[in-house]
Amino acid sequence: MSPGGRLGAKLEGVRPYALLILTLVGDLALGVVRPGLGWQAVRTSASYLLEMVLVLPPIFVLIGMLEVWVPRQTIVRNVGPGSGLRGLALSVLTGSAAAGPLYGAFPVAESLLRKGCSVFNACVLLCTWAAVKIPMMMMEVKFLGWRFSLARLAFTLPAIVAISWLVDRFTPRLDGLCGADRLGPGREMPR
Amino acid sequence: MAFNLALYAVSAVVVLVSALRDRDKTRQALAVAWRSFYRVAPSMLGIMGLIGLVLSLIPASTMGTLFGNQNVWSILLVAAVGAVTLIPGIIAYPLAGSLVRQGAGVVPIAAFMTTLMMVGVVTAPLESHYFGRRFTLLRNGLSFLAALAIAAAMGVVLG
Repeated sequence: MSPGGRLGAKLEGVRPYALLILTLVGDLALGVVRPGLGWQAVRTSASYLLEMVLVLPPIFVLIGMLEVWVPRQTIVRNVGPGSGLRGLALSVLTGSAAAGPLYGAFPVAESLLRKGCSVFNACVLLCTWAAVKIPMMMMEVKFLGWRFSLARLAFTLPAIVAISWLVDRFTPRLDGLCGADRLGPGREMPR
Repeated sequence: MAFNLALYAVSAVVVLVSALRDRDKTRQALAVAWRSFYRVAPSMLGIMGLIGLVLSLIPASTMGTLFGNQNVWSILLVAAVGAVTLIPGIIAYPLAGSLVRQGAGVVPIAAFMTTLMMVGVVTAPLESHYFGRRFTLLRNGLSFLAALAIAAAMGVVLG
């Protein structure tokens, strides 16, 4: 391996900490110029960090539990060709029981479509996965309060149904193809 | 504090039930938990540092006007920022909490958080690879509009 490559690998290792290093340098610089403000910055960071360290362990345990006990295959099997209210309910439940970022939901929703689930249900799954994940709701209650959280949930769920209905209505299917290939023009080459 | 205790109690019960049903799966779940924590820890430390630095550099009043403004343009602006940024919820919530403590209003925070979660400009190419361009444009566009409506409704209810 060339020295440049090794340096690159080293930089790759440091990359996740880039922001932390930058802010520490910033704290230091601020501390030199205005000692009072520098201290205040460090104290504020420390108090947020403490709050996070206290709340995070159970959140991550819940995320791990969901990932192991509600594996993606189960999701696919349950929302499969489900239809009507039952399909909707299952899509909402599986989406909110999910863990991980939205782009983790793309392959799940795609395999649902391949198995014949409606565009509506796939869209509901994507949106609930994005907006009403249970561990994230815990974080929301903690930092923004339960009133905020409940109100957002109450308005977001109907909005998701409306969005998905419209997406379903205006995304043409090409019958005869299976799964996601049924989604009409604009679909780019599958992998 | 009560919330933290409840959260710990709930996850303790979950772990207990899980361990009674399947020892291996429980161990696996805890490994997943540790791994996800390990992955997010560096950027979380960075964000916590940034919050402290920004909050001491920018006077509370400035922050208040930035996110405290209830006019249409500033709400559109924060909604757009939420749509193009990709911040994990675990980091976005403490950030939003700190903004609220600085005097941010319900409407901009709700607009920002909702577009942050439901609209993904950065992930749109990936989404359209899976579902096509039309689906992606519709879902993201409608979600953006819905975020504004949700925020407005929350302003009315919680205002």
